[in-house]
Amino acid sequence: MKIFILIRIALKALQRNKLRAFLTMLGIIIGVAAVIAMVAIGQGSKKSIQDQLSSMGSNMITIRPNSNVTAGVRLDATTVQTLTIADVKALEKEGQYFDKISPAETSKGQVINGSLNWSTTMQGVSPDFLDIRNWPIRDGVVFTQTDVNSAAKVCLLGQTVINNIFSPGEDPVGATVRFNKIPFRVIGILAVKGENAFGQDQDDIILAPYTSVQERITASIYFQNIYVSAKNESLTDSATNEVSRILRASHRLKPTDIDDFAVRTQEELINTFSSTSQLLTVLLTAIAGISLIVGGIGIMNIMYVSVTERTREIGLRMSIGARGIDILMQFLIEAILISITGGVIGVLLGITASKLVSAFLHWPTLVSESSIALSFLVCAFTGVFFGYYPAQKASRLDPIDALRYE
Amino acid sequence: MGTETVRALKGISFDVEAGEFVTIMGSSGSGKTTLLNTLGCLDRPTDGTYLLDGVNVGTLSRNELAKLRNLKIGFVFQAYNLLPRTSALENVELPLFYNTAFSSNQRKEKALQALEAVKLADRLDHTPNQLSGGQQQRVAIARALVNEPVMILADEATGNLDTRTSFEIMALMQELNQNQGKTIVFVTHEPDIASFSSRTIMLRDGKVIRDKPNDNKRFAKEVLASLPISDDY
Repeated sequence: MKIFILIRIALKALQRNKLRAFLTMLGIIIGVAAVIAMVAIGQGSKKSIQDQLSSMGSNMITIRPNSNVTAGVRLDATTVQTLTIADVKALEKEGQYFDKISPAETSKGQVINGSLNWSTTMQGVSPDFLDIRNWPIRDGVVFTQTDVNSAAKVCLLGQTVINNIFSPGEDPVGATVRFNKIPFRVIGILAVKGENAFGQDQDDIILAPYTSVQERITASIYFQNIYVSAKNESLTDSATNEVSRILRASHRLKPTDIDDFAVRTQEELINTFSSTSQLLTVLLTAIAGISLIVGGIGIMNIMYVSVTERTREIGLRMSIGARGIDILMQFLIEAILISITGGVIGVLLGITASKLVSAFLHWPTLVSESSIALSFLVCAFTGVFFGYYPAQKASRLDPIDALRYE
Repeated sequence: MGTETVRALKGISFDVEAGEFVTIMGSSGSGKTTLLNTLGCLDRPTDGTYLLDGVNVGTLSRNELAKLRNLKIGFVFQAYNLLPRTSALENVELPLFYNTAFSSNQRKEKALQALEAVKLADRLDHTPNQLSGGQQQRVAIARALVNEPVMILADEATGNLDTRTSFEIMALMQELNQNQGKTIVFVTHEPDIASFSSRTIMLRDGKVIRDKPNDNKRFAKEVLASLPISDDY
């Protein structure tokens, strides 16, 4: 028997009971729409975290001091100071997989302009820092290597700092502000970067040459971080290994010594944060999956009712030449049609729901093809699985009994 | 129940020739239904042989029986057994869906011819609840004709109809038998109906007690004409 004839027979049977077919479908529709919307919300939040992290510079590699053993005492990471200008020079000289290097020395302090003041952070960096972080300036110029060499008292201000110590309409470029009593001339304004994935305000910052911060404010020869950027994203791993190798040599570590520094890539951070939202996605999907099973049981229930109700029809079909397999296929295809149609409507509804969530709640959503494909497969499977037993029951009816059924 | 064996038919033997119009009569419990199920290839005889158009039905599998029913037998039931909310044309087409030999257009064509044969060509799109009982039974007869079976098997086909409509159906049966040479086996318990056929087989307690041609065969058309015209409608 040709399959399209069976599909036509099943379609006609469904048409005879439109409302019931729709109500049966509703379970599947809700289930699929829930899966699509939940996964879209989960994927959306995952992607927005990824985007935020890579906006910090996706090639960025962060080097920080790590716990060190000094005379047998293991010190914790924050108190250890191991990164020096010698490391930076070594990295500059030997690095092949990375091209930009910036040390970073941070100091908290009070910045003053006229009668206004603000507690903020000054970060001493090299001119490369802005490239590594993908951070353009909005106005003015960036300090140069010459400024670094001369420990010039120049700085770039973030938007939050400007908002707090300049009155509206005042042009910060060219003004002189004092940070911890040291006067710095403002030569540029950083573009607004907003909050990072951790909710920190990235614009609450002043950037200055690292030499200026080290020599004039912190009086330290150590750096809290060194940032390098790999030449491209695929070289991140090679660059990470290279950094380790150069720093071990520069720190004169013996092969048996543990690293006194830690190298982190953005990718690791992305993975850490993705795993959280992945867990969320799995949980939401599991809940939605349960509603699909409930929908499937609904189909099974209705198909059983339908088989009983149509016993005489089955008897008639058998008496005019339908084989058991024809009856089985008819009811199975009915179940599959219900679940697939429900699936299609559910997918459309799920996409619409995700769009509405984006539009009204401003949550990021991302409808992934894989979730659509998956719900579709699950739907087809649900139809086959839950439709099979009722269909089998129908196909095994005795034509004589079925014809006489009241 | 259980292991007790009931023999519904006990050693009956008869032949039905092509082109015959046979009625099978008997009260309830006479084995009529069992005989009908056997003749209709719905059931296989546990013993003995049944040859339909030269095929020994007893040796066939369930699927082969289904194929045989599709190609060689046209059923007409007491309760019509039409699919609800389905047009007359589609109801008649139904047996052809289980016969892969026909294309969609051929199916339509054949169903149309069958409906013309029962004089319902003007009711193609009517669903069963838009048709009278007699019309519904005529749709069922068209459905039985559509696959050009070797035998039409009618089970109390006039049981649900009033006298006039019963005679109309019988007139149609006689016409199919005489003009188109269809073989008809008609099961009934009304002697009135049996008198329209050319031969009556009487069953009692699983045995044939009488099997002979009807001497004074009546013609339904004539009887119909002599019926007083009721003023109900």
